[in-house]
Amino acid sequence: MSTANESNGGATGRDVEVREMIAVRFAGDSGDGMQLTGDQFTTTAALVGNDLATLPDFPAEIRAPAGTLAGVSGFQIQFGSLDILTPGDRPDVLVAMNPAALKANLGDLVPGAMIFVNTDAFDKRACEKVGFTANPVEDGTLAAFRVFQVAFTTITRRALEDSPLTTREKDRCKNFFALGLMYWVFGRPMDHTLQWIQKKFAKNADVVAANTAVLKAGYAYGETTETFATTFQVAPAVIKPGTYRHVTGNQATAFGFISAAKLAGAELFLGSYPITPASDILHELSRHKRYGVRTFQAEDEIAAVAAAIGAAYGGAIALTTTSGPGVALKAEAVGLAVMTELPLVIADIQRGGPSTGLPTKTEQADLLQVMFGRNGEAPLPIVAPTTPGDCFDAAIEAVRLATKYMTPVFFLSDGYIANGAEPWRIPDVDTLPSFEVSYRTEVEGFRPYERNPETLARPWVKPGTPGLEHRIGGLEKADGTGNVSYDPKNHEKMIHLRQEKVDRIADDIPDAEIYGDDAGDLLLIGWGGTYGALRAATMHLRRRGHKVSHMHLRHLNPLPKNVEPTMRRFGQVVAAELNMGQLRTVLRAKFLIDVKALNKVQGQPFKVWELVDRVEAMLAAKQEKTA
Amino acid sequence: MTATTLTRKDFQTDQDVRWCPGCGDYAILAQFQKVFPELGIPRENFAIISGIGCSSRFPYYMNTYGFHTIHGRAPALASGLKVMRPELSVWVITGDGDALSIGGNHLIHALRRNMDLKIVLFNNQIYGLTKGQYSPTSEVGKRTKSTPFGSLDEPFTPLALALGAEASFVARTADREQKHLAETLHAAAEHKGTALVEVYQNCNIFNDGAFFHLTEKDRKDGNQLVVEHGKPLVFDNGTKGIVFDGFAPKVVDVAEVGLDAIHVHREDAPVGYHLALAKLHGPQFPTALGVIRRVQRPTYDALVEAQVLAEQAKSDKNDIHALLHTGHTWEVG
Repeated sequence: MSTANESNGGATGRDVEVREMIAVRFAGDSGDGMQLTGDQFTTTAALVGNDLATLPDFPAEIRAPAGTLAGVSGFQIQFGSLDILTPGDRPDVLVAMNPAALKANLGDLVPGAMIFVNTDAFDKRACEKVGFTANPVEDGTLAAFRVFQVAFTTITRRALEDSPLTTREKDRCKNFFALGLMYWVFGRPMDHTLQWIQKKFAKNADVVAANTAVLKAGYAYGETTETFATTFQVAPAVIKPGTYRHVTGNQATAFGFISAAKLAGAELFLGSYPITPASDILHELSRHKRYGVRTFQAEDEIAAVAAAIGAAYGGAIALTTTSGPGVALKAEAVGLAVMTELPLVIADIQRGGPSTGLPTKTEQADLLQVMFGRNGEAPLPIVAPTTPGDCFDAAIEAVRLATKYMTPVFFLSDGYIANGAEPWRIPDVDTLPSFEVSYRTEVEGFRPYERNPETLARPWVKPGTPGLEHRIGGLEKADGTGNVSYDPKNHEKMIHLRQEKVDRIADDIPDAEIYGDDAGDLLLIGWGGTYGALRAATMHLRRRGHKVSHMHLRHLNPLPKNVEPTMRRFGQVVAAELNMGQLRTVLRAKFLIDVKALNKVQGQPFKVWELVDRVEAMLAAKQEKTA
Repeated sequence: MTATTLTRKDFQTDQDVRWCPGCGDYAILAQFQKVFPELGIPRENFAIISGIGCSSRFPYYMNTYGFHTIHGRAPALASGLKVMRPELSVWVITGDGDALSIGGNHLIHALRRNMDLKIVLFNNQIYGLTKGQYSPTSEVGKRTKSTPFGSLDEPFTPLALALGAEASFVARTADREQKHLAETLHAAAEHKGTALVEVYQNCNIFNDGAFFHLTEKDRKDGNQLVVEHGKPLVFDNGTKGIVFDGFAPKVVDVAEVGLDAIHVHREDAPVGYHLALAKLHGPQFPTALGVIRRVQRPTYDALVEAQVLAEQAKSDKNDIHALLHTGHTWEVG
């Protein structure tokens, strides 16, 4: 996605290409340390002042056989001097540690991309293992690219001739060679990584020495070898002042829930069963007992949500984290939380489905499941974070709604933003919205299902409160008293009350954000984790003169009040989703507006340019029709 | 309301009790309402959590905090409550279908963790609420609506299952043994850890008389072995006793072998003995009632609390600023 390339003679006499943004992918075996390499490269880019976004892409298998396509692990970063909204459509630079890594990523590269291959790994057997009939580096397969052949393993071993490490251990350092080389290519300082090596391997001086030597060898190789005609210069971005850190979506989610509990003045309980890609939230929250967080790794998904409901009944900020298959298992219990009107947040980190589907890949196909996937009429609010950093704010919002309205709330994230990372401006804790919860203690006039006239919330009573002993459960409640009731009229009234309670939340949430003009030819509507790609595509479309705007939804139930009127001000309305059109179904049913579909269900995020192309095609088709 | 002034009446609710007339559940309810005021626990600190089934209607009839949840999940829900609110006395009321069929997983894991819950399992060896299908404790060959030619599957012995799941307290009693039932509930209440009490309960509609050999005056002496810690395993008015030949239990005449030869019950004995005891059944053996196993080990909820307090002692528990700044940060501008 380079928009400005200019070549200058650099200090070294080589060409320096100035880029506004550039995408780099590191790829190797899952044991090659590609995630670590990517993390280091990312932190250094942030320290240099670039804006950036990253995406790891790892195999579902923990250790697939070495050298196979199934075992390829990748890490992509896009960084630049502009506002970076996605990890990039197509890498400009690929580092391929073996033939499998090359084969798996070749189709994604931009024409003319730079490819750094570890020639030591390209023997005949390794090439044939992944279906190359000849060495692709030599047979013209890579003619469209700028290929740099570097003997990573040989040079790494040579740099470590005096090291006491075994050959096997030495070879494991070669990712630092790749990193050092990339630092040279992009003119980056090595300081951060050098310090990090010192700290990380403090217990083993030989490993510190080896990794340090190899990192420097990579840098020096770039500097002294004639092979590389070009280096890149990527200027710092204009970034809002503040203290920054890196955060993945799942990490921000965990931080958000801890903060939310503090803002609510209650303690956080997590009931969870490990599941990809949600487990990192469990891991992160388990580390923070000092904040009163109690994590409970339950025996299954159902126990996890049931325990959370029990914690909510006890007065806690209750959370359960899972992915689509887990949501399916939790459905009955979520219905219980609807019926008993207890605050609960169910975090669904979506992945490819149906069934086990694509556990490590992203998708947005759980929207209708979380909206409707329960027996009976069981409405509840849905909040969908838009970026890794937004997971923090969305988690707080989910807890705010759950406690204020006494209702279960879905937090609908996805694998893409859960694992994706971005620099995050750490918020000032004192500026966060406070919403201290209160528990009923007043005995006089207490009725378990008496409602707050504004929010329709019922009182939250903690067991242990004298004089308020009462019974709740999954059977239909009599309005007010909460006693078991089979009365037909009462049932219908309660169904309406529960719906009305959720509907009224529309008065308490902000309008959906609109980028671009508030009227025009085409409105692109998205929700959740596709924010970056849709926003970037809309920027390009507008730059090309199209009257296109982007409306992004964080609240999916109820919908913000400006959604319908905004839709009516555009010639075409297009819902872009990583599913078969689930939001589209809702919008059409609700508003009787002919919303068009722009879908992708490949387990992959949208690419910016595919969105641009498809929207332009839709604009052209419409024009033809009206002409 | 202070605990000392409580009476049976304080635990009764205004709800009509809707079990079938003659159901064994009435007798169990009566004993709960007798025992709870005696425990020295303020009424507001009781929470009764149930699943689904006839027995699970129980919370509606006890004037405490109560939660009638969903089928099989009561131990899981109660676990979350207990972890957050360790000061509460949390009771789980369940049945043989609820605890052993749909909820089997939650039961064994609660026991394994030694969550401080009192689980009272009403075992009537039948599905009552769904009108009479066989349950996981029904005997092989049972003819019910869903097994007109006789059931085919082997039943569980609930206490044996619990012992296999590392239970720290298992006991058995029966609805019609009122005094014994009350004593057993007391023992469960006093135990720190998961206490599983199996109550043989008569379903007079779908499985009438399933336990009459244990509970009826004319028959129970020869079939009921009431165990007590430190006392020999004798029954039938002290005329018969249990001895072990290796791992195999044997019924002997006390007069023949002498009382000293009879095996002495120990609640803290190796679990293999407790398993053998739990699995004694007619016709060749009596059925054991009483506290079969009682050992002390740390409870999950107390361990969680200790970890939280240990972490909080190290640093400021309200410092969100520090949380958000963990790891690498950098300044811009």
